[in-house]
Amino acid sequence: MKTFRTGRGSLLACDRVSFEVPEGRFFTLLGPSGCGKTTTLRCIAGLERSDEGDIDLGGAVLSSSRRGVFVPPNQRDIGMVFQSYAIWPHMTVYENVAFPLRAARARPPESDVRRRVVQALATVRLEGLEQRPATNLSGGQQQRLALARALVREPKLLLLDEPLSNLDAKLREHMRLELRTLQRELRLTTVYVTHDQVEALAMSNIVAVMHEGQIRQIGSPREIYERPASRFVADFIGSTNLLPGRVTADAGEVRRVQTANGPVTCVVPDDAPEGSEVVVSIRPEDVTVAFGKGDDGWDATVTQVVFLGECVDCRLAVGDVELRARIHPSVRVRRGDQVRVSFRSDRCVAVRLEASGGTL
Amino acid sequence: MLLVGAGGLVAYLTVLPLVFLLYGSFFTPSVGERSGVFTLQNYVHAYTDRSTIPLLGNSILFASGTTVVAFLVGTGLAWITERTNTPLRGVFFAVSLIPLAIPGILFTLSWIFLLSPRIGLINVWLARLLGLSGPIFDVYSMGGMIWVEGLHWSPIVYLMMAAAFRSMDPALEEAALMSGSSLARTFYRITLRLNLPTVLSVFLLMFLRGLETFEVPTIIGLPAGIRVFTSQIYLAVKSYPSDFGLAGAYSTVLLLLTLAGVYAYARVTRESWRFATVTGKGFRPRVIDLGPWRYAALVLMAAYLVVMVALPVFVLIWNSVLPFYMPPSLKALSEVTLKNYAFVLRLPKTARAVTNSIALSISSATIIVLLTSVIAWITVRTRLPGRWVLDQLASLPLIFPGVVMGVALIWVYLTLPIPIYGTVWILLVAYVTRYLPYGMRASSAALLQIHRELEEAAETSGASWWRTFTAILLPLLRPALLAGWLYVVIVSIRELSSSIFLWGPGSEVLSIYIFDLWNTGHAQELCALGVMLVSGLCVLAAASRRLSRWQGMQEG
Repeated sequence: MKTFRTGRGSLLACDRVSFEVPEGRFFTLLGPSGCGKTTTLRCIAGLERSDEGDIDLGGAVLSSSRRGVFVPPNQRDIGMVFQSYAIWPHMTVYENVAFPLRAARARPPESDVRRRVVQALATVRLEGLEQRPATNLSGGQQQRLALARALVREPKLLLLDEPLSNLDAKLREHMRLELRTLQRELRLTTVYVTHDQVEALAMSNIVAVMHEGQIRQIGSPREIYERPASRFVADFIGSTNLLPGRVTADAGEVRRVQTANGPVTCVVPDDAPEGSEVVVSIRPEDVTVAFGKGDDGWDATVTQVVFLGECVDCRLAVGDVELRARIHPSVRVRRGDQVRVSFRSDRCVAVRLEASGGTL
Repeated sequence: MLLVGAGGLVAYLTVLPLVFLLYGSFFTPSVGERSGVFTLQNYVHAYTDRSTIPLLGNSILFASGTTVVAFLVGTGLAWITERTNTPLRGVFFAVSLIPLAIPGILFTLSWIFLLSPRIGLINVWLARLLGLSGPIFDVYSMGGMIWVEGLHWSPIVYLMMAAAFRSMDPALEEAALMSGSSLARTFYRITLRLNLPTVLSVFLLMFLRGLETFEVPTIIGLPAGIRVFTSQIYLAVKSYPSDFGLAGAYSTVLLLLTLAGVYAYARVTRESWRFATVTGKGFRPRVIDLGPWRYAALVLMAAYLVVMVALPVFVLIWNSVLPFYMPPSLKALSEVTLKNYAFVLRLPKTARAVTNSIALSISSATIIVLLTSVIAWITVRTRLPGRWVLDQLASLPLIFPGVVMGVALIWVYLTLPIPIYGTVWILLVAYVTRYLPYGMRASSAALLQIHRELEEAAETSGASWWRTFTAILLPLLRPALLAGWLYVVIVSIRELSSSIFLWGPGSEVLSIYIFDLWNTGHAQELCALGVMLVSGLCVLAAASRRLSRWQGMQEG
């Protein structure tokens, strides 16, 4: 896949979105609603036309504005699961899954259709429900039916448009694992769209974070989480403490940043020279809280303690700045305690300000 | 391609008559080789005539009176059945749809049988009861015309107002009652005001119907010497030789009036969202306790049914089984016969009229449903430039009163070298054009209910556009389309005001046939035919109602 963009009136829904999905990988477009991720997906499906740029699939051009190529959606070798599932209510489970085979220009014999439908339904563990009216299924079953319908043609590419967003929390977690296992077993190249960062981190090989129609960062889930390239990405993925400051010392990858509360040793990107304005992102789980006096770290007052069972969520006041820390439940802190906080320097990341690095 | 095809067909159906109507009203008729020349004579003639002022006055008075009668009756009943604890109100709602199955021409004729000064049953009964010598009511008057027409439209008002009342939160009324307001004041200040958009649209709709209607003005108005635009146009065409130019001039003015009405109607319904008090939020349907007055309300409901259904149907049946007109008595009862039915059924004209009516209504409904589902798809689903033009074109026939459509189509097919004037084909064109907007409304409403992703799922499954349309869309739309289809069948069978200008020997339809029987003095035979027609339409209406309820259950 290449650069493409689509415009509606004067508003650009996607702008210079460019990425490549290696075969057999699970690729996720992650971003807040209205960031252009669904538009991107619909361009790949051919349900929308991009005004500029190219889209290729396995070496074949699907759409290219330069060459004036546009393959209509019904001739693309793509399976898609819609957010609403789009299960046809006037058909049975069997007929829904059989439709993509029967609609093909080279329609396979009915015995072939039967075999492949049964196989697709078995893959998503819906065997035995063939003759049910499609509307008589539960939410999770409808979701799997939609998946079976997308898989039955064994497409080169699977597109998933927030398929889990209509399920309740428990089922969502279950389907997440199931979907990922299935994708890995079938070695299906998959593009997944979601606004749920937990989903994206849990399922993907590659995540692309989108914002305002542009891709802000592409990388593995770990890279995205641990090395956010911009303030937006750091803020959007997980929760974090953001401390503005200025780069002081210039010595290798780990450098010092001067913040309002004092210096922080952290990872600074190469393109941030000495003296440049940055924001230091510190994850709550990387904040260490200790009692007593020490040389390193800052003095802080505990302002709020929320016991969550697996951890304790603390708010700390360091001067005028509020920090969030997630600490092990064995550390007993109470509101009003005077503590010292410190950070693991290899886990703190300085990111450049949006003003200079925003249009990445 | 699709857009051009559908657009061309719709433009042909809707724009052409308008163009020819205007052309015709400004040019003298072309006779043989001589082509028409430009003239304002038709307009001069039509509007310098001393009868024009009363014509305009009569039209507006008649339409306003109709509106008031229909509104008062329909709204009162809607309030009783939706907002009070009157007994049996649930039954009433079901029965209230029966009048819709009685065609305007039969309803009008039955009220002549009831209120005519000479033979009207009510006059005869009252005279006998009170010992009077002369009649009390005279249907051949402006009052009589308004009464019949207003009653005829009251079920529509009832349905619209009942729907509005039902979707209103009763707490709004209760708040007024708790503030010390009386029941009447609450109804006037709160209930009616909150439903102002609906009230306005009902008023405009009824006024338009009153302007366009044909049956009452010709059948009652002409003998009474009260002329309105529609009957004047009819006279201009039916006079010998036909004065199409004059008819066109009158039609143009009537068209301007209805255009203003339709425009106002569109404005009112578009801004209705402002009254956001009527929400889809769930609330308990609570009703006002009328106390002992609820029995008075029950009597009112019963009286309405007697006037709307029982009396007209009774008088039709009564007349249909007598050899000649007699008021009900024991002696008359001994004369009861089915001779009229046998006579009507044996006439060759009957078979032809029935065949024509059925064939025409079924084909026009089928064409409309197919055409509008494609047009609706284009306007709702695609982003093709110019699709809104298509939508506007398909709604254009709304401004055509049936009479004007008839006159316009005469012009089109007397001028163009398409020899269908006087055949069933021109009737088919007329019906398809006239009821296109109704089909359009049904199709686009149904299409909006269907999630776009259902189609996209078919596309990404490799289905072609045609296959998506036939295998996914049409089956999903089927219940709604079938209901729309039945509706068009029913209104096509009842259609009189356009057909009367366009039919010819061999292309008689049922409504024309009834009109003809009345004009030739075959009242008894006419009633026999009418009874059979109403029975048939009742079955169709029940089927359409069942269908829409079935569809509602499917959605729920």
